[in-house]
Amino acid sequence: MSRFLGIDWQLIADNHEILLGGLQYSLTLTASSMAVGIVLGCLLALARLSSITPLRLFAAGYVNLFRSIPLVLVIFWFYFLLPFFGFKLGPDKSVFITFAIFEAAYYCEIIRAGIQSISKGQVGAAQALGLTYAQSMRYIILPQALRNMLPLLLTQTVVLFQDTSLVTIIGIKDFMGANVVVASNNGALKEMYTFAALAYFCVCFPLSMLLKKLHKRIAVIR
Amino acid sequence: MNLHIDWGILWQESPTGDGPYWQLLLTGLQWTAATALSGWVIALIIGAVVGVVRTAPIRTLALLGDAYVEVFRNIPFLVQLFFWFFVLPEMLPKAAGDWMKQDMPRPEFITAAVGLGLFTAARVAEQVKSGILSLSRGQKNAGLALGLTLPQTYRHVLLPMAFRIVIPPLTSEFMNTFKNSAVALAIGLTELTFQMKQMVEYSNQVIITIFAVTVLYMVMALAVNRLMAWIERKARVPGMIAGGGK
Repeated sequence: MSRFLGIDWQLIADNHEILLGGLQYSLTLTASSMAVGIVLGCLLALARLSSITPLRLFAAGYVNLFRSIPLVLVIFWFYFLLPFFGFKLGPDKSVFITFAIFEAAYYCEIIRAGIQSISKGQVGAAQALGLTYAQSMRYIILPQALRNMLPLLLTQTVVLFQDTSLVTIIGIKDFMGANVVVASNNGALKEMYTFAALAYFCVCFPLSMLLKKLHKRIAVIR
Repeated sequence: MNLHIDWGILWQESPTGDGPYWQLLLTGLQWTAATALSGWVIALIIGAVVGVVRTAPIRTLALLGDAYVEVFRNIPFLVQLFFWFFVLPEMLPKAAGDWMKQDMPRPEFITAAVGLGLFTAARVAEQVKSGILSLSRGQKNAGLALGLTLPQTYRHVLLPMAFRIVIPPLTSEFMNTFKNSAVALAIGLTELTFQMKQMVEYSNQVIITIFAVTVLYMVMALAVNRLMAWIERKARVPGMIAGGGK
Protein backbone atom coordinates (compact mmCIF):
# COMPACT_ATOMS: atom_id res chain seq x y z
CA MET A 1 0.00 0.00 0.00
CA SER A 2 2.78 2.35 0.89
CA ARG A 3 4.63 1.59 -2.33
CA PHE A 4 4.35 4.02 -5.20
CA LEU A 5 6.84 4.76 -7.98
CA GLY A 6 8.97 1.91 -6.67
CA ILE A 7 9.57 3.69 -3.39
CA ASP A 8 8.61 2.45 0.05
CA TRP A 9 7.07 5.64 1.41
CA GLN A 10 6.82 4.16 4.89
CA LEU A 11 10.63 4.17 4.97
CA ILE A 12 10.63 7.85 4.03
CA ALA A 13 8.05 8.63 6.68
CA ASP A 14 10.04 6.73 9.33
CA ASN A 15 13.13 8.74 8.49
CA HIS A 16 11.52 12.08 7.88
CA GLU A 17 13.48 13.74 10.67
CA ILE A 18 16.93 13.12 9.25
CA LEU A 19 15.72 13.86 5.70
CA LEU A 20 14.13 17.15 6.72
CA GLY A 21 17.25 18.02 8.69
CA GLY A 22 19.30 17.40 5.56
CA LEU A 23 16.96 19.51 3.46
CA GLN A 24 17.22 22.30 5.99
CA TYR A 25 21.02 22.11 5.86
CA SER A 26 20.99 22.27 2.04
CA LEU A 27 18.63 25.25 2.03
CA THR A 28 20.65 27.11 4.68
CA LEU A 29 23.84 26.49 2.74
CA THR A 30 22.17 27.70 -0.46
CA ALA A 31 20.75 30.83 1.14
CA SER A 32 23.93 31.84 2.91
CA SER A 33 26.16 31.21 -0.13
CA MET A 34 23.74 33.17 -2.26
CA ALA A 35 23.74 36.13 0.11
CA VAL A 36 27.49 36.22 0.69
CA GLY A 37 28.21 35.22 -2.91
CA ILE A 38 26.15 38.07 -4.35
CA VAL A 39 27.76 40.66 -2.08
CA LEU A 40 31.28 39.37 -2.80
CA GLY A 41 30.39 38.96 -6.47
CA CYS A 42 29.18 42.54 -6.63
CA LEU A 43 32.46 43.82 -5.15
CA LEU A 44 34.43 41.61 -7.55
CA ALA A 45 32.40 42.88 -10.50
CA LEU A 46 33.10 46.48 -9.52
CA ALA A 47 36.78 45.58 -9.16
CA ARG A 48 36.80 43.93 -12.60
CA LEU A 49 35.34 47.06 -14.14
CA SER A 50 37.45 49.47 -12.12
CA SER A 51 40.12 51.69 -13.64
CA ILE A 52 42.66 50.63 -10.98
CA THR A 53 44.80 48.00 -12.69
CA PRO A 54 45.88 45.86 -9.68
CA LEU A 55 42.26 45.61 -8.51
CA ARG A 56 41.13 44.65 -11.99
CA LEU A 57 43.83 42.02 -12.36
CA PHE A 58 43.11 40.55 -8.93
CA ALA A 59 39.41 40.23 -9.69
CA ALA A 60 40.05 38.74 -13.14
CA GLY A 61 42.49 36.24 -11.64
CA TYR A 62 40.05 35.28 -8.91
CA VAL A 63 37.18 34.73 -11.31
CA ASN A 64 39.23 32.81 -13.87
CA LEU A 65 40.77 30.59 -11.21
CA PHE A 66 37.47 29.54 -9.69
CA ARG A 67 35.75 29.16 -13.02
CA SER A 68 38.37 26.77 -14.36
CA ILE A 69 38.51 24.29 -11.48
CA PRO A 70 35.82 21.88 -10.25
CA LEU A 71 33.75 22.75 -7.20
CA VAL A 72 34.60 19.32 -5.79
CA LEU A 73 38.27 20.30 -5.85
CA VAL A 74 37.56 23.56 -4.02
CA ILE A 75 35.52 21.66 -1.42
CA PHE A 76 38.58 19.49 -0.81
CA TRP A 77 40.89 22.55 -0.70
CA PHE A 78 39.10 23.89 2.31
CA TYR A 79 38.44 20.44 3.74
CA PHE A 80 42.21 19.81 3.88
CA LEU A 81 43.62 23.32 4.19
CA LEU A 82 41.59 24.74 7.06
CA PRO A 83 42.60 21.99 9.53
CA PHE A 84 46.14 22.16 8.10
CA PHE A 85 46.39 25.80 9.07
CA GLY A 86 44.88 25.08 12.45
CA PHE A 87 41.26 26.17 11.95
CA LYS A 88 39.10 23.59 13.67
CA LEU A 89 35.77 24.48 12.14
CA GLY A 90 34.64 21.05 11.05
CA PRO A 91 33.56 20.29 7.48
CA ASP A 92 29.89 21.13 7.96
CA LYS A 93 30.81 24.73 8.84
CA SER A 94 33.78 25.17 6.55
CA VAL A 95 31.76 24.42 3.40
CA PHE A 96 29.84 27.62 4.08
CA ILE A 97 33.09 29.48 3.39
CA THR A 98 33.88 27.25 0.40
CA PHE A 99 30.57 27.86 -1.31
CA ALA A 100 30.50 31.61 -0.69
CA ILE A 101 34.00 32.01 -2.12
CA PHE A 102 33.36 29.72 -5.08
CA GLU A 103 29.94 31.06 -6.03
CA ALA A 104 31.14 34.66 -5.80
CA ALA A 105 33.12 34.06 -9.00
CA TYR A 106 30.00 32.97 -10.86
CA TYR A 107 27.80 35.73 -9.45
CA CYS A 108 30.54 38.21 -10.34
CA GLU A 109 30.33 37.37 -14.03
CA ILE A 110 26.53 37.71 -14.04
CA ILE A 111 26.69 41.04 -12.23
CA ARG A 112 29.44 42.31 -14.50
CA ALA A 113 27.37 41.50 -17.57
CA GLY A 114 24.42 43.24 -15.89
CA ILE A 115 26.42 46.40 -15.23
CA GLN A 116 27.82 46.36 -18.75
CA SER A 117 24.29 46.10 -20.15
CA ILE A 118 23.59 49.63 -18.91
CA SER A 119 24.37 52.15 -21.60
CA LYS A 120 27.44 54.38 -21.20
CA GLY A 121 25.21 57.44 -21.48
CA GLN A 122 23.75 56.67 -18.06
CA VAL A 123 27.18 56.84 -16.43
CA GLY A 124 27.90 60.05 -18.28
CA ALA A 125 24.58 61.54 -17.24
CA ALA A 126 25.22 60.64 -13.61
CA GLN A 127 28.62 62.28 -13.73
CA ALA A 128 27.21 65.35 -15.42
CA LEU A 129 24.70 65.65 -12.58
CA GLY A 130 27.64 65.77 -10.19
CA LEU A 131 27.12 62.35 -8.59
CA THR A 132 30.19 60.64 -7.22
CA TYR A 133 31.18 57.15 -8.41
CA ALA A 134 29.56 55.55 -5.37
CA GLN A 135 26.38 57.58 -5.79
CA SER A 136 26.02 56.82 -9.47
CA MET A 137 26.51 53.11 -8.80
CA ARG A 138 24.10 53.16 -5.88
CA TYR A 139 21.30 55.22 -7.46
CA ILE A 140 21.69 54.84 -11.22
CA ILE A 141 23.63 51.79 -12.39
CA LEU A 142 23.09 49.01 -9.87
CA PRO A 143 19.28 49.33 -9.55
CA GLN A 144 18.87 49.00 -13.31
CA ALA A 145 21.55 46.36 -13.66
CA LEU A 146 20.04 44.29 -10.87
CA ARG A 147 16.71 44.29 -12.63
CA ASN A 148 18.23 43.04 -15.87
CA MET A 149 20.21 40.31 -14.22
CA LEU A 150 17.67 39.13 -11.65
CA PRO A 151 16.54 36.06 -13.62
CA LEU A 152 20.13 35.00 -14.21
CA LEU A 153 21.06 35.50 -10.54
CA LEU A 154 18.12 33.34 -9.49
CA THR A 155 18.89 30.69 -12.12
CA GLN A 156 22.43 30.54 -10.75
CA THR A 157 20.91 30.05 -7.31
CA VAL A 158 18.97 27.00 -8.50
CA VAL A 159 22.25 25.65 -9.89
CA LEU A 160 23.84 26.45 -6.54
CA PHE A 161 21.13 24.50 -4.72
CA GLN A 162 21.89 21.49 -6.90
CA ASP A 163 25.61 21.96 -6.32
CA THR A 164 25.18 21.82 -2.55
CA SER A 165 24.53 18.07 -2.99
CA LEU A 166 28.30 17.74 -3.56
CA VAL A 167 29.02 18.21 0.15
CA THR A 168 27.79 14.62 0.51
CA ILE A 169 31.24 13.65 -0.80
CA ILE A 170 32.94 14.85 2.38
CA GLY A 171 30.36 13.11 4.54
CA ILE A 172 28.08 16.00 5.41
CA LYS A 173 24.43 15.22 5.97
CA ASP A 174 22.86 17.64 3.56
CA PHE A 175 19.70 16.44 1.80
CA MET A 176 21.59 13.99 -0.43
CA GLY A 177 23.85 13.02 2.45
CA ALA A 178 20.80 12.22 4.56
CA ASN A 179 19.49 10.03 1.75
CA VAL A 180 22.80 8.19 1.62
CA VAL A 181 22.66 7.56 5.39
CA VAL A 182 19.08 6.27 5.29
CA ALA A 183 19.91 4.20 2.21
CA SER A 184 22.86 2.43 3.79
CA ASN A 185 21.23 1.99 7.20
CA ASN A 186 18.24 0.27 5.63
CA GLY A 187 19.86 -1.41 2.66
CA ALA A 188 17.57 0.63 0.45
CA LEU A 189 19.92 2.20 -2.10
CA LYS A 190 17.50 1.82 -4.98
CA GLU A 191 14.59 3.41 -3.16
CA MET A 192 16.41 6.27 -1.48
CA TYR A 193 18.37 7.35 -4.55
CA THR A 194 15.21 7.28 -6.65
CA PHE A 195 13.53 9.33 -3.96
CA ALA A 196 16.43 11.81 -3.88
CA ALA A 197 16.30 12.29 -7.65
CA LEU A 198 12.52 12.81 -7.52
CA ALA A 199 12.78 15.22 -4.61
CA TYR A 200 15.44 17.39 -6.23
CA PHE A 201 13.41 17.44 -9.42
CA CYS A 202 10.24 18.46 -7.56
CA VAL A 203 12.08 21.39 -5.98
CA CYS A 204 14.10 22.56 -8.98
CA PHE A 205 11.70 22.03 -11.86
CA PRO A 206 8.93 24.41 -10.69
CA LEU A 207 11.57 27.01 -9.79
CA SER A 208 13.15 26.73 -13.25
CA MET A 209 9.74 27.14 -14.88
CA LEU A 210 8.96 30.20 -12.76
CA LEU A 211 12.33 31.72 -13.64
CA LYS A 212 11.71 31.16 -17.34
CA LYS A 213 8.48 33.15 -17.01
CA LEU A 214 10.24 35.88 -15.05
CA HIS A 215 12.95 36.04 -17.69
CA LYS A 216 10.39 36.61 -20.43
CA ARG A 217 8.52 39.25 -18.44
CA ILE A 218 11.61 41.24 -17.58
CA ALA A 219 12.87 41.00 -21.13
CA VAL A 220 9.58 42.41 -22.42
CA ILE A 221 9.51 45.36 -20.02
CA ARG A 222 13.06 46.28 -20.92
CA MET B 1 51.42 21.60 10.47
CA ASN B 2 54.02 20.87 7.85
CA LEU B 3 54.84 24.02 5.97
CA HIS B 4 58.03 22.58 4.60
CA ILE B 5 57.61 22.40 0.83
CA ASP B 6 59.41 19.40 -0.56
CA TRP B 7 58.89 18.80 -4.26
CA GLY B 8 60.80 15.54 -3.94
CA ILE B 9 57.58 14.01 -2.63
CA LEU B 10 56.36 13.69 -6.21
CA TRP B 11 59.12 11.17 -6.89
CA GLN B 12 58.52 9.16 -3.74
CA GLU B 13 56.87 5.79 -3.96
CA SER B 14 53.17 5.93 -3.02
CA PRO B 15 51.77 3.19 -0.74
CA THR B 16 48.90 2.57 -3.17
CA GLY B 17 51.16 0.49 -5.41
CA ASP B 18 50.72 2.83 -8.36
CA GLY B 19 54.38 3.85 -8.44
CA PRO B 20 55.65 7.26 -7.41
CA TYR B 21 53.17 10.03 -6.56
CA TRP B 22 53.58 11.83 -9.88
CA GLN B 23 52.37 8.68 -11.54
CA LEU B 24 49.39 8.57 -9.20
CA LEU B 25 48.44 12.05 -10.38
CA LEU B 26 49.10 11.17 -14.00
CA THR B 27 46.72 8.20 -13.78
CA GLY B 28 44.15 10.54 -12.32
CA LEU B 29 44.70 13.02 -15.12
CA GLN B 30 44.21 10.29 -17.70
CA TRP B 31 40.94 9.13 -16.17
CA THR B 32 39.71 12.70 -15.93
CA ALA B 33 40.55 13.34 -19.58
CA ALA B 34 39.13 9.99 -20.71
CA THR B 35 35.86 10.55 -18.81
CA ALA B 36 35.49 14.15 -19.95
CA LEU B 37 36.27 13.42 -23.59
CA SER B 38 34.03 10.36 -23.92
CA GLY B 39 31.32 12.21 -22.01
CA TRP B 40 31.67 15.11 -24.41
CA VAL B 41 31.33 12.92 -27.50
CA ILE B 42 28.16 11.33 -26.08
CA ALA B 43 26.85 14.78 -25.12
CA LEU B 44 27.44 16.19 -28.60
CA ILE B 45 25.64 13.32 -30.33
CA ILE B 46 22.64 13.13 -27.99
CA GLY B 47 22.56 16.91 -27.54
CA ALA B 48 22.44 17.50 -31.29
CA VAL B 49 19.61 14.99 -31.72
CA VAL B 50 17.58 16.33 -28.80
CA GLY B 51 18.22 19.93 -29.84
CA VAL B 52 17.06 19.28 -33.40
CA VAL B 53 14.02 17.34 -32.26
CA ARG B 54 12.95 20.24 -30.04
CA THR B 55 12.77 22.58 -33.03
CA ALA B 56 11.19 20.05 -35.39
CA PRO B 57 7.50 20.25 -36.27
CA ILE B 58 6.62 16.89 -34.70
CA ARG B 59 4.93 17.86 -31.48
CA THR B 60 5.29 14.64 -29.50
CA LEU B 61 8.99 14.46 -30.26
CA ALA B 62 9.50 18.12 -29.37
CA LEU B 63 7.77 17.55 -26.04
CA LEU B 64 9.92 14.50 -25.35
CA GLY B 65 12.99 16.59 -26.11
CA ASP B 66 11.84 19.30 -23.71
CA ALA B 67 11.18 16.69 -21.04
CA TYR B 68 14.67 15.24 -21.49
CA VAL B 69 16.26 18.64 -20.99
CA GLU B 70 14.17 19.51 -17.94
CA VAL B 71 14.79 16.16 -16.23
CA PHE B 72 18.55 16.27 -16.71
CA ARG B 73 18.88 19.93 -15.79
CA ASN B 74 16.85 19.80 -12.61
CA ILE B 75 18.51 16.89 -10.85
CA PRO B 76 22.03 17.37 -9.45
CA PHE B 77 24.73 15.50 -11.34
CA LEU B 78 25.84 13.63 -8.21
CA VAL B 79 22.32 12.30 -7.73
CA GLN B 80 22.16 11.28 -11.40
CA LEU B 81 25.42 9.37 -11.07
CA PHE B 82 24.21 7.57 -7.95
CA PHE B 83 21.05 6.70 -9.81
CA TRP B 84 22.88 5.19 -12.79
CA PHE B 85 25.38 3.41 -10.60
CA PHE B 86 23.21 2.01 -7.81
CA VAL B 87 19.62 2.09 -9.03
CA LEU B 88 19.73 1.28 -12.74
CA PRO B 89 21.13 -2.28 -12.37
CA GLU B 90 18.26 -3.04 -9.97
CA MET B 91 15.63 -1.75 -12.36
CA LEU B 92 16.78 -3.61 -15.46
CA PRO B 93 15.78 -7.19 -16.21
CA LYS B 94 17.75 -9.48 -13.93
CA ALA B 95 20.24 -10.71 -16.54
CA ALA B 96 21.14 -7.19 -17.68
CA GLY B 97 21.36 -5.90 -14.11
CA ASP B 98 23.64 -8.75 -13.09
CA TRP B 99 25.82 -8.10 -16.09
CA MET B 100 26.14 -4.42 -15.13
CA LYS B 101 27.04 -5.33 -11.58
CA GLN B 102 29.45 -8.18 -12.28
CA ASP B 103 30.74 -8.32 -15.83
CA MET B 104 30.67 -4.79 -17.16
CA PRO B 105 34.30 -3.73 -17.59
CA ARG B 106 35.36 -0.67 -15.57
CA PRO B 107 31.88 0.05 -14.23
CA GLU B 108 32.84 3.37 -12.57
CA PHE B 109 34.35 4.70 -15.76
CA ILE B 110 31.51 3.66 -18.05
CA THR B 111 28.88 4.94 -15.64
CA ALA B 112 30.73 8.23 -15.20
CA ALA B 113 31.29 8.77 -18.92
CA VAL B 114 27.74 7.88 -19.96
CA GLY B 115 26.22 9.74 -17.00
CA LEU B 116 28.29 12.81 -17.76
CA GLY B 117 27.34 12.53 -21.43
CA LEU B 118 23.62 12.35 -20.71
CA PHE B 119 23.86 15.22 -18.22
CA THR B 120 25.83 17.48 -20.56
CA ALA B 121 23.64 16.52 -23.53
CA ALA B 122 20.76 18.44 -21.96
CA ARG B 123 22.88 21.60 -21.91
CA VAL B 124 24.17 20.99 -25.44
CA ALA B 125 20.59 20.46 -26.62
CA GLU B 126 19.62 23.81 -25.11
CA GLN B 127 22.44 25.56 -27.00
CA VAL B 128 21.74 23.74 -30.27
CA LYS B 129 18.08 24.67 -30.04
CA SER B 130 18.83 28.33 -29.42
CA GLY B 131 21.36 28.23 -32.26
CA ILE B 132 18.77 26.88 -34.68
CA LEU B 133 16.14 29.36 -33.48
CA SER B 134 18.58 32.24 -33.92
CA LEU B 135 18.72 31.58 -37.67
CA SER B 136 16.27 33.58 -39.72
CA ARG B 137 13.18 31.70 -40.88
CA GLY B 138 14.21 32.49 -44.42
CA GLN B 139 17.06 29.99 -44.23
CA LYS B 140 14.74 27.10 -43.53
CA ASN B 141 12.19 28.25 -46.08
CA ALA B 142 14.87 28.74 -48.70
CA GLY B 143 16.11 25.22 -48.11
CA LEU B 144 12.60 23.82 -48.45
CA ALA B 145 11.91 25.96 -51.53
CA LEU B 146 15.00 24.50 -53.18
CA GLY B 147 13.29 21.14 -52.91
CA LEU B 148 15.31 19.80 -49.98
CA THR B 149 13.38 17.63 -47.57
CA LEU B 150 13.20 18.79 -43.95
CA PRO B 151 15.97 16.43 -42.81
CA GLN B 152 18.14 17.60 -45.70
CA THR B 153 17.46 21.24 -44.81
CA TYR B 154 18.63 20.51 -41.28
CA ARG B 155 21.65 18.59 -42.46
CA HIS B 156 22.88 20.99 -45.14
CA VAL B 157 21.48 24.40 -44.20
CA LEU B 158 20.48 24.82 -40.56
CA LEU B 159 22.88 22.67 -38.55
CA PRO B 160 26.13 23.81 -40.18
CA MET B 161 25.15 27.37 -39.33
CA ALA B 162 23.71 26.65 -35.91
CA PHE B 163 26.73 24.69 -34.72
CA ARG B 164 29.11 27.44 -35.68
CA ILE B 165 27.01 30.07 -33.96
CA VAL B 166 26.94 28.13 -30.69
CA ILE B 167 30.66 27.38 -30.50
CA PRO B 168 31.29 29.96 -27.72
CA PRO B 169 28.64 28.57 -25.32
CA LEU B 170 29.70 25.04 -26.26
CA THR B 171 33.24 25.96 -25.24
CA SER B 172 32.14 26.52 -21.68
CA GLU B 173 30.09 23.31 -21.73
CA PHE B 174 33.17 21.43 -22.93
CA MET B 175 35.18 22.92 -20.07
CA ASN B 176 32.36 21.94 -17.73
CA THR B 177 32.70 18.27 -18.69
CA PHE B 178 36.26 18.34 -17.34
CA LYS B 179 35.13 20.01 -14.14
CA ASN B 180 32.07 17.82 -13.68
CA SER B 181 34.07 14.63 -14.17
CA ALA B 182 35.46 15.24 -10.68
CA VAL B 183 32.04 14.34 -9.24
CA ALA B 184 32.67 10.75 -10.39
CA LEU B 185 35.02 10.24 -7.45
CA ALA B 186 31.83 9.63 -5.49
CA ILE B 187 31.30 6.36 -7.36
CA GLY B 188 34.97 5.42 -7.01
CA LEU B 189 36.47 6.57 -10.30
CA THR B 190 40.18 7.23 -9.67
CA GLU B 191 40.18 10.54 -11.48
CA LEU B 192 42.37 13.51 -10.59
CA THR B 193 40.54 14.79 -7.51
CA PHE B 194 40.26 11.25 -6.16
CA GLN B 195 44.04 10.84 -6.57
CA MET B 196 44.60 14.19 -4.89
CA LYS B 197 42.60 13.00 -1.92
CA GLN B 198 44.66 9.80 -1.77
CA MET B 199 47.94 11.65 -2.07
CA VAL B 200 47.03 14.11 0.68
CA GLU B 201 45.99 11.28 2.96
CA TYR B 202 49.10 9.17 2.37
CA SER B 203 51.82 11.78 1.99
CA ASN B 204 50.46 14.55 4.23
CA GLN B 205 51.92 17.06 1.77
CA VAL B 206 48.77 19.16 1.58
CA ILE B 207 50.13 22.27 -0.09
CA ILE B 208 52.13 20.63 -2.87
CA THR B 209 49.39 18.15 -3.71
CA ILE B 210 46.65 20.75 -3.87
CA PHE B 211 48.86 23.11 -5.84
CA ALA B 212 49.86 20.46 -8.38
CA VAL B 213 46.31 19.25 -8.95
CA THR B 214 44.92 22.78 -9.22
CA VAL B 215 47.53 23.63 -11.83
CA LEU B 216 46.68 20.47 -13.79
CA TYR B 217 42.98 21.41 -13.86
CA MET B 218 43.81 24.94 -14.97
CA VAL B 219 46.05 23.64 -17.75
CA MET B 220 43.23 21.39 -18.97
CA ALA B 221 40.77 24.30 -18.90
CA LEU B 222 43.20 26.48 -20.81
CA ALA B 223 43.89 23.76 -23.38
CA VAL B 224 40.18 23.25 -24.05
CA ASN B 225 39.66 26.97 -24.24
CA ARG B 226 42.48 27.46 -26.79
CA LEU B 227 41.35 24.45 -28.83
CA MET B 228 37.81 25.77 -29.05
CA ALA B 229 39.04 29.28 -29.90
CA TRP B 230 41.01 27.74 -32.75
CA ILE B 231 37.99 25.78 -33.98
CA GLU B 232 35.92 28.93 -33.68
CA ARG B 233 38.34 30.83 -35.89
CA LYS B 234 38.49 28.02 -38.43
CA ALA B 235 34.73 27.60 -38.51
CA ARG B 236 33.89 31.29 -38.67
CA VAL B 237 31.11 32.06 -41.10
CA PRO B 238 32.46 34.69 -43.48
CA GLY B 239 30.56 37.92 -43.26
CA MET B 240 29.10 37.36 -39.81
CA ILE B 241 29.97 39.91 -37.15
CA ALA B 242 30.84 37.78 -34.13
CA GLY B 243 34.33 36.74 -35.15
CA GLY B 244 36.23 34.09 -33.22
CA GLY B 245 39.45 34.16 -31.37
CA LYS B 246 39.03 36.90 -28.71
